[in-house]
Amino acid sequence: MKIVVCIKQVAALGDEVEFSDDGLDVDPDYLELALNEWDGYATEEALRICEQAGGEGDEVVVVSAGGEEVDAALRRCLAMGADRGVRVELAGRADPFTVARALAPVVAREQPDLVFAGVQSSDAVQAATGIALAELLGLPGVAVVNKLDWDAAARRARVHRELEGGLVDVVDVETPALLTIQTGINEPRYATLRAIKQAEQKEIVVEAAAGDGEPAYRVRRMFVPPKGEGAEMLAGDPAQVAARIAELVKERLA
Amino acid sequence: MLAVIAKDPAALDVSFAGVDEVVRVSVEQEEFEGDVALAAVEALIAARRPRATLLGFTVNSMGYGPALALRLGQGFASDVHAVALEGDTLVATRSFHGGKVHAELEFAGPAVLLLRPTTWPPAEGAGSPTFADVTAPSVASRARHVAFQEVAQADVDITTADFLLSIGRGVGERENIEQFEELAAKMGAVLSVSRPLVDAGWMSNARQVGQSGKTVKPKVYLALGISGAVQHLAGMKAAGTIVAVNTDPEAAIFGVADYGAVADLFDVAEELDKLF
Repeated sequence: MKIVVCIKQVAALGDEVEFSDDGLDVDPDYLELALNEWDGYATEEALRICEQAGGEGDEVVVVSAGGEEVDAALRRCLAMGADRGVRVELAGRADPFTVARALAPVVAREQPDLVFAGVQSSDAVQAATGIALAELLGLPGVAVVNKLDWDAAARRARVHRELEGGLVDVVDVETPALLTIQTGINEPRYATLRAIKQAEQKEIVVEAAAGDGEPAYRVRRMFVPPKGEGAEMLAGDPAQVAARIAELVKERLA
Repeated sequence: MLAVIAKDPAALDVSFAGVDEVVRVSVEQEEFEGDVALAAVEALIAARRPRATLLGFTVNSMGYGPALALRLGQGFASDVHAVALEGDTLVATRSFHGGKVHAELEFAGPAVLLLRPTTWPPAEGAGSPTFADVTAPSVASRARHVAFQEVAQADVDITTADFLLSIGRGVGERENIEQFEELAAKMGAVLSVSRPLVDAGWMSNARQVGQSGKTVKPKVYLALGISGAVQHLAGMKAAGTIVAVNTDPEAAIFGVADYGAVADLFDVAEELDKLF
């Protein structure tokens, strides 16, 4: 059983924002990096399936695209228990299609039984890279999976797609397949300090991105949206804020 | 032009005012399957060559929209909240970093755009479109619908409450939830939550507000420690009066709130407790 998990190092924006000189992206100095929340669930799901399968040569491989800073996110997954990491060198801002094209040859070469990606990334919320990758690999893709039963004998996955309003669509998918994993599907394990240390020794292979193609889009301009339609801010200490809230609640419910 | 892809597309009345043409694409499957939807829209695009193909930013569209655009060599963007045609250039606006920044994306050629739900009002009124049929090729569906499962009946219905006290990631620990349950009861509110508390297994999804939870429209929505992910905002922005308390002055929830306070939710909760 081999599962490839595609992960992203996401960037969180703090209180302040400055744009790069060309005005097409946020200045990296204003971003804090972390493993995308969805990808922690995807990694956990891959580890669980392989642990349950318990066969010889079971492997969870984590792959990502980006610069050296992405290694921290890969190491985090390795500390959770993934066996190997592969990083495809990709410079600059990348749209979902560019990332999918960078990942596709690496994933294809691994010949996995299943490929996971997070449903979306917290910083861009495009929900596109995984399903674009499925197309490039020629695999069936199922998005927003919040339950997965792997039938090792039949090599079939029965999955739950989490639809709007909490309705669940039960789907049988042929494998190999690419599934985008939703938060809440499991409870991701914490890496112990020992595991984090051991992960430092695990291998991360760096590869050059192969091939090119049209990006999903070109960014023309990035900007801070104008304010003014936002909330009327309540000033004062917590007691004053609470008093005003109490007043509003009583007034609006009257 | 409005396209209907279904087993019996004629059964759906979509003759809204302003629609010039309704194109019906009949497929064999009763329910959504990604391979089937992709082949149907691919055939439709090949037949009509639209400048822009608009889909909702829904779980179904996420399942095939990106693959469709990539296969056809078209542009793609999701969660789009504004679209314009400027001369020959198609421009789509979407957010990054939780709505803190917006980006204008441009497309010289045709594109598949997934539009943010609830951004545009639903189409209304009767029109008099022409009708046409497009035949979709029969494809091998590799991910097949088996059944739907409804969420189990819940002991609470947050959609009928006049006053929701809603908590999010800001509560930090499971042990902290009880005090907000007590506060909600004291204030006469029903307690609701944002997705992270359901993911953590701390609260039932019957109490979840948002796209994957419930869409609510209470008279008052008091959000404590909720930053306001797009999917959450979609589920509550129609509330009468929205009051948000968050420590991050840039939190997206302040963009839809009527009143906001940059404060610690525990401090405010403690003070509210004294007032009810």
